[in-house]
Amino acid sequence: MDSLNLLLDGFGQALTIQNLFYAVLGVFLGTAVGVLPGIGPAMTLALLLPITYSVGPDSALIMFAGIYYGGMYGGSTTSILLNTPGESSSVVTAIEGNKMAKKGRAAQALATAAIGSFVAGTIGTLLLVLFAPSVAGQVVKLGNPSNFALILLALFAVTAVLGTSRLRGFIALFLGLAIGLVGGQTGQSRLTFGNPLLADGIDIVVVAVAIFAIGEALWVAAHLRRRPLEIIPVGQPWMSREDWGRSWRPWLRGTAFGFPFGALPAGGAEIPTFLSYVTERKLSKHPEEFGKGAIEGVAGPEAANNASAAGTLVPLLAIGLPTTATAAIMLLAIQSYGIETGPQLFKDEPDLVWALLASLFIGNTLLLLLNLPLAPLWAKLLQIPRPYLYAGILFFASLGAYSVSFQPFDLAILLVIGLLGLAMRRFGLPVLPLIIGVILGPKLEEQLTTSLQISSGDISTLWSEPVAVIVYVFIALALTAIVVSGLRKPKPEASLNEKDEVNA
Amino acid sequence: MSTAETTPTTSSATESRPGARLVDTAQYGLAAFLAVVGAYIVYDATTLSDGFADQPVQPYAFPYVIGGVLLVLAAMLAIATARGDVPEAADGEDVDLTQPSDWVTVVKLVVVFLANILLIDWLGWAITGAILFVGTAHVLGSRTLIRDVAVGVALSVGTWYGFYSGLGLAIPAGILDGVL
Repeated sequence: MDSLNLLLDGFGQALTIQNLFYAVLGVFLGTAVGVLPGIGPAMTLALLLPITYSVGPDSALIMFAGIYYGGMYGGSTTSILLNTPGESSSVVTAIEGNKMAKKGRAAQALATAAIGSFVAGTIGTLLLVLFAPSVAGQVVKLGNPSNFALILLALFAVTAVLGTSRLRGFIALFLGLAIGLVGGQTGQSRLTFGNPLLADGIDIVVVAVAIFAIGEALWVAAHLRRRPLEIIPVGQPWMSREDWGRSWRPWLRGTAFGFPFGALPAGGAEIPTFLSYVTERKLSKHPEEFGKGAIEGVAGPEAANNASAAGTLVPLLAIGLPTTATAAIMLLAIQSYGIETGPQLFKDEPDLVWALLASLFIGNTLLLLLNLPLAPLWAKLLQIPRPYLYAGILFFASLGAYSVSFQPFDLAILLVIGLLGLAMRRFGLPVLPLIIGVILGPKLEEQLTTSLQISSGDISTLWSEPVAVIVYVFIALALTAIVVSGLRKPKPEASLNEKDEVNA
Repeated sequence: MSTAETTPTTSSATESRPGARLVDTAQYGLAAFLAVVGAYIVYDATTLSDGFADQPVQPYAFPYVIGGVLLVLAAMLAIATARGDVPEAADGEDVDLTQPSDWVTVVKLVVVFLANILLIDWLGWAITGAILFVGTAHVLGSRTLIRDVAVGVALSVGTWYGFYSGLGLAIPAGILDGVL
């Protein structure tokens, strides 16, 4: 029961007035910004990264945890009321949720989403508390060759497993790795064009803000809807006894789908939400309602979505590997305090980690208390004039990049990479592999260097550890499967939809 | 993953064009860009010298691999494009892919953005931030200039003071040094 005591200590730290304030602020900001069209949780976090420069690490992380869950919930509100999901993870929620809203059951759809998110988030966080420390305890014993293999696996998985076009995934990954090369980490300046401002590399905050905020704002600007979307009015969310009866099983099943997929290196939220939807359609006593607004079709996928969000924190906190865009930015936030992320995090920074875990429970509860009564207010946010919304995104993105070091040069980098982000959206390149490539590329090089330093240059050290061997076998098998399926079906279906610009 | 049967119809700009074989010619531009980036990375790697004795991974090792793979990917993308591979452009709440892309708006936004970069040292964020907001809002279709200016100034001055007193970060004041 060591974990329990540590968790109670964490609650003690998270429940101070100051940290509670940051938790409330995070949940509030996260929901508000998540509801805003065009802004997902990853962009929210990217835009709010500058705050980490002056707030203490515990307060900032507690706030970010609130934003993380809040942004997730806000996104589902948008998809229910607008039928245009902003994140790939809420695509499935929109199917039945929007149909329910059109039938005048928006309040019930929002309620089952909110309560389902709470249930899944709480169970997911509980599982996180149970698993993450022991996973970290195992991973911390691994040597550099295994860590090298795990990073390779993470890069491979987010690129090859997620998304529809593997070619485009790899293009995005290697562009990210190229950005990660810039600078003088190896003792010599690489790709700096002789510019001393590039000697320390390109700040990842600038890259994240550029790709998520500038790229998205410019892309939307090129395709801004002439006619505003129809917004369905909503009252106070509530559910009848029948709605409860039809919701609770999907919540639990959705959680069971979401958490393991989130915890896997390439799980993400798309597969579990979709699996949950299909399962509920099969198990439902009202299959005729599916496609016309079945509450099970909102309850299950929403729970899966939130449980997967909790699951992604397992590799993030226990191994230091981000597997979603939002997790990647959480990692940046932790690193911006000079805290080494990785399996040793639980041992080196127990206060911080346990306060963060405790604040996840607090944030989840706050979300439920905040969102049920405030839903009509959130819905009003959907009416914000679009010129102000996107001008505001450009404004805060510029401020965020400028505040890194008050150099106009950073703004120029922001613009250049923002234009790259625009091009990526135009050419269907997924954003996640790029951002993971920027973050993990330098780490990959570092682990390889350390491994070979220890073995004095003997390359066989790379497959000297069992975990590394297993990982390489797995990658080889996955690669073979990809090649075989590619040969059988040379032309992938063109009708597949790709919406992984901001994987929650 | 497949959401084809479940999401509303999304037709990318290229799909709506008539013709039996669709070739997205702009994608050749992307392939060329990748080739240039890859080639430059390889060139840059050739300018690096050997690392220190305790550096088993040479500083040019990763650049050679990454640049080389980018060159291969550029070629693969060019071949795929010629075979009729079309991208699926990103969708979103406010994105209407049934209309052709409006690149003029993007260019205007970039101009406003560049103005901010060029002027920020001289005028300071409190002024250029407002210009950035008003300019981009105008480009995006806002036609209420007085309200735009009021919101823009409130945002830029507000964030300046917010950073100064709230976060303890003094954003360079530029021309307003001493006034703010």
